[in-house]
Amino acid sequence: MPNAYVYDAIRSPRGRRNGSLREVSAVRLSAMMIDAVLERSGIGTDCVEDVIWGNVTQVGEQGGCLARAAVLLSGLDDGVPGVSVNRFCASGLEAVNLAANQIRAGDGESYIAGGVEMMSRVPMGSDGTPYAVDPQLAMGTHFVPQGIGADIIATEFGFSREQCDRYAMESQKRAATAWNEGRFSGSIVPVKDHNGILILGTDEHIRPETCMQALAGLEPSFRTIGESMPGFDRVAIMKYPHLERIEHVHHPGNSSGIVDGAAAVLIGSDGFGRMTEARPRARVRSCARVGSDPTIMLTGPVPAARTALERAGMTIDDIDVFEINEAFSAVPLRFMQAFDLDTDRVNVNGGAIAMGHPLGATGAMILGTALDELERSDGETALIALCVGGGMGVATIIERVSGTK
Amino acid sequence: MMADFHYSTDADGVATITWDVPGRTMNILRIEGFIELGNCINAAMSDDNVRGIVITSGKGSFSGGMDLAGFEELTRLGFRESPGAVLEQMMGIHRLLRGLETGGKAANEFEGRKPVVAAIPGTAVGIGFELPLACHRIICADKPDVGIGLPEIKVGLFPGAGGTTRLIRKLGLAAAGPWLFKGTLADPRTALSSGLVDEVVEPDRLLESARKWVLEASEDDLIKPWDRKGYRIPGGTPYDREGFESFVGAPVMINSRTFGVYPAAKACLSAIYEGSLVPFDAAIKIEARWFTSLLMEPSTASMIRTVFTDRKALGKGVRRPAGIEAQRIARLGVVGAGMMGAGIAQVAAKAGMDVVLLDRDQDRANGGKERVAGMLERQAGRGGSSREAVRETLSRIRPSSVLSDLRGCELVIEAVFEDPKVKTGVIAEVAACAGSDCVIASNTSTLPINGLAKAALHAGNFLGMHFFSPVDRMMLVEIIRGSGTGDKAVARAIDFVRAIRKVPIIVNDARFFYANRCIIPYLNEGIRMVGEGVSPALVENAAKLMGMPVGPLQLVDETSIDLAANIAAATKSALGNDYADGDVDRIIDFLVKKGRLGRKVGAGFYEYGPKGKRVGLWPGLAAEFRPLSPQPDIEEVKNRLLLIQVLEAVRSLEEGVLTDVREGDVGAVLGWGLAVWAGGPFSWLDMIGAAAAAELSHELSACHGPRFKAPRLLLTKAANGEKFTAGGATRSAGA
Repeated sequence: MPNAYVYDAIRSPRGRRNGSLREVSAVRLSAMMIDAVLERSGIGTDCVEDVIWGNVTQVGEQGGCLARAAVLLSGLDDGVPGVSVNRFCASGLEAVNLAANQIRAGDGESYIAGGVEMMSRVPMGSDGTPYAVDPQLAMGTHFVPQGIGADIIATEFGFSREQCDRYAMESQKRAATAWNEGRFSGSIVPVKDHNGILILGTDEHIRPETCMQALAGLEPSFRTIGESMPGFDRVAIMKYPHLERIEHVHHPGNSSGIVDGAAAVLIGSDGFGRMTEARPRARVRSCARVGSDPTIMLTGPVPAARTALERAGMTIDDIDVFEINEAFSAVPLRFMQAFDLDTDRVNVNGGAIAMGHPLGATGAMILGTALDELERSDGETALIALCVGGGMGVATIIERVSGTK
Repeated sequence: MMADFHYSTDADGVATITWDVPGRTMNILRIEGFIELGNCINAAMSDDNVRGIVITSGKGSFSGGMDLAGFEELTRLGFRESPGAVLEQMMGIHRLLRGLETGGKAANEFEGRKPVVAAIPGTAVGIGFELPLACHRIICADKPDVGIGLPEIKVGLFPGAGGTTRLIRKLGLAAAGPWLFKGTLADPRTALSSGLVDEVVEPDRLLESARKWVLEASEDDLIKPWDRKGYRIPGGTPYDREGFESFVGAPVMINSRTFGVYPAAKACLSAIYEGSLVPFDAAIKIEARWFTSLLMEPSTASMIRTVFTDRKALGKGVRRPAGIEAQRIARLGVVGAGMMGAGIAQVAAKAGMDVVLLDRDQDRANGGKERVAGMLERQAGRGGSSREAVRETLSRIRPSSVLSDLRGCELVIEAVFEDPKVKTGVIAEVAACAGSDCVIASNTSTLPINGLAKAALHAGNFLGMHFFSPVDRMMLVEIIRGSGTGDKAVARAIDFVRAIRKVPIIVNDARFFYANRCIIPYLNEGIRMVGEGVSPALVENAAKLMGMPVGPLQLVDETSIDLAANIAAATKSALGNDYADGDVDRIIDFLVKKGRLGRKVGAGFYEYGPKGKRVGLWPGLAAEFRPLSPQPDIEEVKNRLLLIQVLEAVRSLEEGVLTDVREGDVGAVLGWGLAVWAGGPFSWLDMIGAAAAAELSHELSACHGPRFKAPRLLLTKAANGEKFTAGGATRSAGA
């Protein structure tokens, strides 16, 4: 089987909700990322097989196969097609996995994979979905919103509000340190207008000053909908009947931020490097996607990671760097608990709690963050995993390619 | 042949279809009647001289709805032929009603329609309201004590003759929801203000108003909103901003109220949701498909049979000993003015009886009457009855401490403290002073009647009556026939129960009779699991997911831990070596020692807030009884809690405590809410089949002990492939 390599991974800074990127359209930001990949790698505008683009809320300006629209607006030739994919919060990583597997199957030499989500412009949920409203589906799956799912994780696996807040504070601190030390500078593509004027050059959602006291003052976001109207907790308990109640520990301070952003990854074969003189940075060792319990919804990273490890013939101890998307504090906490991991290997440069989670882009973004960290810390392997709405999980393992290739 | 519908026309060209089912006080829609209705409508629509139609009733009410026997017939048709045959029947109803709604024309043809008015003289429920909903106007007679609405959900159905689709389109989900999912009935004025009906008129102007409307209706009046261009469902649909919230909330509320065991609400909501995304005629088909699926559920027919047919039969006294004339109770004696005594006095006085409420001294007796006054006023405050009615009811209760005041009572019920010595003392005193014709009843939930009967002078006139608490709300009364109890006494007790509008079941005397014989093992099994280390939350939640209204630990807390200890002690001394609940006593003793005697002291299995509100399960339980790891599967917990009761019900039947399966089902459903969704324990057995039940009990007894051993009667039924109920539905039927 041919190998698939990561040749490059870049991202936009993340604009806070209704912040600097509000004025930038999804298609434009997507095209900007594609163009940045072309420029940095120096590859021809016609040597990409396809653009696989993650995006969740595919309606309005993000609707109608945004991927192809982005290709047409970018410097790529019209001969390159484009496909939008939606695996909710893991769409960006799913795009990378699909591209890698196309290459591993011998279908094409290179792909641009990535994703975008302009959450200020296309509100989450505005595309409509049957999960919560179709009675057969909602009642059959004991549907509860993600935040309640995260609170179930905290209750079921014993994470207190204090633990969740402490985790969130650490994320802020790590993200701030990473920015201060310039750890992201090699991958950030500043967003500029068509005159070349800078719109946003850094992540806008970080609050380095966050302290435990301030976090402790925040009201749990999901208590009202859980306990009174419409009473999701009662439904959650039908599925988790050994629990007497759901502890509502999550709030805006320990949940991922709603932001705008995009990311792109250049994936190619061995031969692609030879043809273009681009240098691979990492090899895709394995990837996995799983379905998990839809009620608790966000426990997928653990089984996805297990499957990816098994496919790579690795154990958890073989991994140097972990990027586990911080949808809510309880998600990485559960991941660390399940694999008995120290915090110093997981999300070492902060995560979505500090910097935000542009749904369709995040998976590609944190793959890039993991790769940068491998190179910075001289590690070998990284595992990237995200929890996914509807009860799914996606994981990818990459391995640094050292020396000359 | 007498017809259910009569057809006439007048000189102005108004056709009147009068619903008047012979030999009945209230119209019900029978299959034959439906065909007649169709003929009348066709006659009117095809007659050029007819300008419009008034549909009304020849009775003081409009209709009590569908003949539920007809539903049973439909379910049988479904099992015999196919679901397609049921669907076709339902679509036949829809075509007829849609034809009315479009005034005899196509849905998009607005010219030349004939106006159709429903003139409702009184009660209109179920299909008796769905038919009016298909008319162009609903005019109601202004009578306060009349019910209008769609109560199908209460018998495990939903409005399937277009009522669901039309009401949603009339009112929107948020406003229509309570009528569909609670089955609430409205009086005509409430119906008018809620938008269920269009006009309320003086009763003697009903037909005149209807005719007038028919003659004056404009073309525009005859187009339903949903047949107009640009129509939107009020309150929005699932995928618009306005409707999203209601459509997200509805499955949550229904799921958490029905605990997944009642399919009707889910099917109804599916019809609403799917229907809201398509035009009316497609929505009607969707409604029919979901209604068909409900009729194909074996639990639907069982639930209708128990909750409606059998309950009604028992309520009418079908088990009354034959050949004994009606026994009127004009004067009732109640001894013991505590909670139960006061409750009994209240319901009897409300039913028009004079009540002597007797206690040891006048203060206590007065206290009992005050308790009644308090309960009645709370009800009146909630709109239950008028102040005038409360005063009248109270005036019938005479508190007394003088035994001789009981003279002249046809029935005396003693409701004194549940202690054999206290009770026999009171029974002997009452027997000595009441006449020899007076029937004496002991209200007891556990004490053997034959033991108490020795204190009565005339054992033939003595029996047990087990009322459930709270008396005014609980519909069941268990009448316990002692070995010496005469038929006349039983008949009188039944007539009394009928007079207070409750449902009697007759059981023979044996330890704990029927209800508590099943309930106590249920409580014990829950307590036992806590001792085993099963999470108390899992026990309570499993009970609810199995369909019980209250978890065993909560129920024990409410009836009190010391009562459980007393019952256990009495049972132990009666059974000696056969006593098998020592493992339960360990937990009870522990709680008693900790002073956690239940809700009354604010501490038991649960912790309570200052006002007696349950705060949560007591964490001390987990400390004392080490939690199992892993916890058992919920199905196992549910099966234990269900089987422990069902097997006891079978033993009650086997031992002759129960003599009628209908009483076993109706009693369990009304008494303590066991397997209501399946139509009670025996209907549940028939649904899964005796063989499967025997297999389940075999598995449980292997793991958890001989209390789960299948009774011989169950094994016999399993071996012979027999059912417990008459006409019980089985999942495999028709396969």
